[in-house]
Amino acid sequence: MGWTRNVMRVNLTAGTIKREPLNMDWASQYLGQRGLASKYLVEEIDPKVDPLSPENKLIFTTGPLTGTMASTGGRYSVVTKGPLTGAIACSNSGGFMGAELKNAGWDMIICEGKSPKPVYLYVENDHAELMDASGIWGKSIWDADHILHARHQDPLIRIAAVGRAAEQGCLFSAIVNDLHRAAGRSGVGTVMASKNVKALVVRGTKGVGNIKDPKAFMQAVNAGKKVLADNAVTGQGLPKYGTQVLMNVINEIGAMPTRNMREVQFEGASKISGEAMHEVRASDGRANLVTNAACFGCTIACGRISVIDKNHYTIVNKPQYWGASGGLEYEAAWALGSDTGVSDLEALTYANFLCNEDGLDPITLGSTIAAAMELYETGLITREHTGGLELKFGSAEALTKLTELTCRGEGFGRDIGLGSKRLCEKYGRPELSMSVKGLEFPAYDPRGIQGMGLAYATSNRGACHLRGYTVASEVLGIPVKTDPLVTDGKAELVKAFQDATSVVDSTGLCVFTTFAWTLNDIQPQIAAACEGDWSLEKLLEMGERIWNMERMFNNAAGFTAKDDTLPGRLLSEAAQTGPAKGKANDLHKMLPEYYRVRGWTPEGEPLQATRTRLGL
Amino acid sequence: MLAGSAAPTEAMPRMKVTFKLYATLSGYLPGGARDHQIEAEVAAGTTPNEVIDSHGVPRRLAHLVVLNGVYVPPSERDRAILRDGDTLAVWPPVAGG
Repeated sequence: MGWTRNVMRVNLTAGTIKREPLNMDWASQYLGQRGLASKYLVEEIDPKVDPLSPENKLIFTTGPLTGTMASTGGRYSVVTKGPLTGAIACSNSGGFMGAELKNAGWDMIICEGKSPKPVYLYVENDHAELMDASGIWGKSIWDADHILHARHQDPLIRIAAVGRAAEQGCLFSAIVNDLHRAAGRSGVGTVMASKNVKALVVRGTKGVGNIKDPKAFMQAVNAGKKVLADNAVTGQGLPKYGTQVLMNVINEIGAMPTRNMREVQFEGASKISGEAMHEVRASDGRANLVTNAACFGCTIACGRISVIDKNHYTIVNKPQYWGASGGLEYEAAWALGSDTGVSDLEALTYANFLCNEDGLDPITLGSTIAAAMELYETGLITREHTGGLELKFGSAEALTKLTELTCRGEGFGRDIGLGSKRLCEKYGRPELSMSVKGLEFPAYDPRGIQGMGLAYATSNRGACHLRGYTVASEVLGIPVKTDPLVTDGKAELVKAFQDATSVVDSTGLCVFTTFAWTLNDIQPQIAAACEGDWSLEKLLEMGERIWNMERMFNNAAGFTAKDDTLPGRLLSEAAQTGPAKGKANDLHKMLPEYYRVRGWTPEGEPLQATRTRLGL
Repeated sequence: MLAGSAAPTEAMPRMKVTFKLYATLSGYLPGGARDHQIEAEVAAGTTPNEVIDSHGVPRRLAHLVVLNGVYVPPSERDRAILRDGDTLAVWPPVAGG
């Protein structure tokens, strides 16, 4: 069956916890994780609800393959209405929390209402309890993790928590589990803190069974693992260099957003790249990268574990940062580095440690600091606002100081905590926010990768690469190479990636498997684990159903086709260097075709025929 | 620095191109290469594959071949002609996100 069929419903206002059966009708249409939890959310909240009010809900959700022997089967997601965007939010995380939750016997935890005082939710198999969090409220995630492990005297509990930033209302707060894996985007941590929930603590010892056909499942799982091992990307490239291998690639092709996306190539890219993380530092004879690391059940192991040079100004008197911890992923390195013009690898690693320690989305953090730097250049932000800090592009000191302030919700860090959209509105230049629907861009400039412009504009959670990663095709040739500078065929390409990703995000598997796998590799694993008809055709239809359901929620929340756009800078200011020199993003050539292939009206509303076909 | 030499043809004029190898291919660069690149002197008329071959990079590992930032498909790697000042960058199969 894959599912445990158990949903935990936590009413934080009343302090009650109840078990209810998983809605199997919905599971047969939405599978699990992103799809199924989004269905619950859509059915249970008013789309216009204030994301930080008690009426919003917060759902921790696993997929049917979470906690199984399937490679990368350790994922969980947090689904809610996001405070940064006002759109539906689904943030996916690895580590070990998802598998632990499944091992405790739960498919999903739905948190509703608001606790009258800070609490954390403790789950030990069938036992669940809201416990007093007064001793950890106000602490960083790392400190809270340490205290909770000591309090429960169990080294095997898994903890997902929010940091001081979330408590202070930073709108892009993440939920961090296992110290450095995160449900990072859209501000899901801010919603958790708004409900006075500091942490989710889980211990599960029941095992994950309920596999429909164990023999067929193990055969499918083993076949999938062989594909991952034999593939040069998932078998060699990602373990050695991690996602950071893209830094030099994207810079070379002229799609590296630089200095608040004014430029498309960064002169310091090689200094902050995956290759640079391997290089031995002259200062201490060590490399930034200590080792790679894997999440639960993963046979790829792309994670980075890094150590900062003890002599670096950021930590010279801070021994708490001298140990090895979660290192830079490409998205963090780009946003904290290229977008702010900072090429100090150690400073970026320190900022990344802080994002893990106190739960910040490093993409939005870096992009918001970059916007602040441009506002500082224009004179609209001054040293009076910043407490004397000079916010110049390229200043590592400004980056690390602002990160510290944002983590604690202090000084100008409170303005950074608004995210770039609200920051730029506050200082009178809203057009300088590089965001879509309030969410900041990831690391691919849509002037140099045209299809990504359409993917960003139409993404259901704002400017996000993980909703439709056409970079795989347009740059990396996976599954087939397409030209990144043309718009023809991109509407179909974006739709195909969006629908397929919706499927992967609903399984419990990691989307990075798709650098080697297609849905043909995933489908046999689902079909062997889960009751029901899980043909390839049904999975693809489900992906399309999920996408349209999310879209309809956003439309009901107040979004319209006017929100399917990009910042003016990317539509009218041409790239100055690289292959895209002279080009802006030609979204207007792709968007009408996208609506057509989606089966939507010219106003971006799913047609009745589309809704009927998908059962919506 | 000058290093490397592709398809030496005595009668052909020579020119300089920047040759970059990244990720697991970096080891194919000559000792002393900095920042994953060298300035290579090659004969006029040299193709991407000739530069790749001359540095001992197995073609099956030369997955992403980029000339002045533009992807060169496998079918063009024996036909495209490098010009003086060009930059040729090569990666093995890689991905991220």
